[in-house]
Amino acid sequence: MALQRCDVEKIAHLARLGLDEGDLPRITDALNSILGLVDQMQAVDTSGIEPLAHPLEASQRLRADVVTERNQREAYQAVAPATQDGLYLVPKVIE
Amino acid sequence: MHQLTLAEIARGLADKSFSSEELTRALLARIQQLDPQLNSFISVTEELALGQARAADARRAAGETGALLGAPIAHKDLFCTQGVRTSCGSRMLDNFEAPYDATVVARLAEAGMVTLGKTNMDEFAMGSANESSHYGPVKNPWNLEHVPGGSSGGSAAAVAARLLPAATGTDTGGSIRQPAALTNLTGLKPTYGRVSRWGMIAYASSLDQGGPMARTAEDCALLLQAMAGFDAKDSTSIDEPVADYSADLNASLQGLRIGLPKEYFGAGLDPRIAELVQASVKELEKLGAVVKEISLPNMQHAIPAYYVIAPAEASSNLSRFDGVRFGHRCDNPKDLTDLYKRSRGEGFGTEVQRRIMVGTYALSAGYYDAYYLQAQKIRRLIKNDFMAAFNDVDLILGPTTPNPAWKLGAKNSDPVAAYLEDVYTITANLAGLPGLSMPAGFVEGLPVGVQLLAPYFQEGRLLNVAHRYQQVTDWHTRAPNGF
Repeated sequence: MALQRCDVEKIAHLARLGLDEGDLPRITDALNSILGLVDQMQAVDTSGIEPLAHPLEASQRLRADVVTERNQREAYQAVAPATQDGLYLVPKVIE
Repeated sequence: MHQLTLAEIARGLADKSFSSEELTRALLARIQQLDPQLNSFISVTEELALGQARAADARRAAGETGALLGAPIAHKDLFCTQGVRTSCGSRMLDNFEAPYDATVVARLAEAGMVTLGKTNMDEFAMGSANESSHYGPVKNPWNLEHVPGGSSGGSAAAVAARLLPAATGTDTGGSIRQPAALTNLTGLKPTYGRVSRWGMIAYASSLDQGGPMARTAEDCALLLQAMAGFDAKDSTSIDEPVADYSADLNASLQGLRIGLPKEYFGAGLDPRIAELVQASVKELEKLGAVVKEISLPNMQHAIPAYYVIAPAEASSNLSRFDGVRFGHRCDNPKDLTDLYKRSRGEGFGTEVQRRIMVGTYALSAGYYDAYYLQAQKIRRLIKNDFMAAFNDVDLILGPTTPNPAWKLGAKNSDPVAAYLEDVYTITANLAGLPGLSMPAGFVEGLPVGVQLLAPYFQEGRLLNVAHRYQQVTDWHTRAPNGF
């Protein structure tokens, strides 16, 4: 079940990637090649095997819900493309 | 001065043969002179380096000692470095000056290390040849027509060419060990959680691990000592005591049980590499090691599983690059969706886009069980293979790569061809185990690496074995012509 061009367009939309129309055939071929490799997994019998998410099977540590950071908004916004009054600017969302 | 290892530099600085500032100036001049051939640096941080060198000299004059005080280092350009561009090899972050230091950067700076610059890398660490960088490919100093490996290819080429004695790298599927092998270096990927990932730009969070790249195991021990340890800022950091790596270097290998997985010596391995690996085994036997064949039957499934897990995690991690808070933003977006799509379409290169899409697909509704869950089950099978093997042996040994460094561009047409080069390194990331690559000879003038794998948190054992091997061999001392 190889991916078609329309599948790739859908995936690119889900990933919010703007692709050039002209690149779509090449990208479709590359993704099908990678998925061909990945599909070798389906031949492996994994019945009764629990999935492993963390190599040491550690769970995430929790910390007390208290403020630990000082405010560094100006430092962090210095690298932003567009800000105003401490807010990030984006194109108008609501007319 | 450029031929000195970190251990030799430590002695030279301690007995005042030279100052850190003198050493720093000499190496900066060397980088300026030779790096145009290699393209191993994305940024050279001359001002920062000279300031740190003077500060280190002042600390030493005030009576402070320390093996790394005043010694040079470069960081792979995905370790955030305050006030310095941290590009991750991507157009997306070409304009990004990190507002803070990664824990690894901060710890090495505290130890007194001098940052000479940020090294080139595959974009977002996705690659095995250092050809996907926005800043152009890196050349292998052993043959400028060949790749240095990746994704820590800039760190590898710079250290191999004696531009500096050591650099940091990161390893998600082999990105420290494979370029180390291809450039005649010693490189160590620690146990998952041993070195803090805080401030290390994420590719695949359950696989990524930072580590040292240098010319000797002794130098890797010095670096790991400063890099390793618990960090409350990294929620996956493991709170285990850090061993004294340098103290363990000379431990005896008498009776050490080494396993050779038969799957590592099968089809696909260059027979000339197989021969060099066997020769390294003979040396270790002379040092007292006992060798037996073992089996890791699920190794063949590692690459398919990796190319689901890593892209899936990448597609999630890289969603933060949205053109809003930092990084590349497209011109004149017409609405928010257009802003996201064009910023990401323009900012990410081909290989990064591919992996984001593979990950997005694997995690999408209806495909999750067949891809992501199946890959995680295979991940457990691979871990189980190692756990069973380590009941019988102390260490696993095999080739680091199936082939020596290939020619620039040779594997660019088919992404899968390059993926297969990571066949021997990927399993350690999936299982979270520590692994080391050390120089073991040459094929047609190109370096060959031997990989050692150990149980969790036994980095000291890996460094010990590599160090003892390096006491009776001289492969690691060979320098490329012209450097």
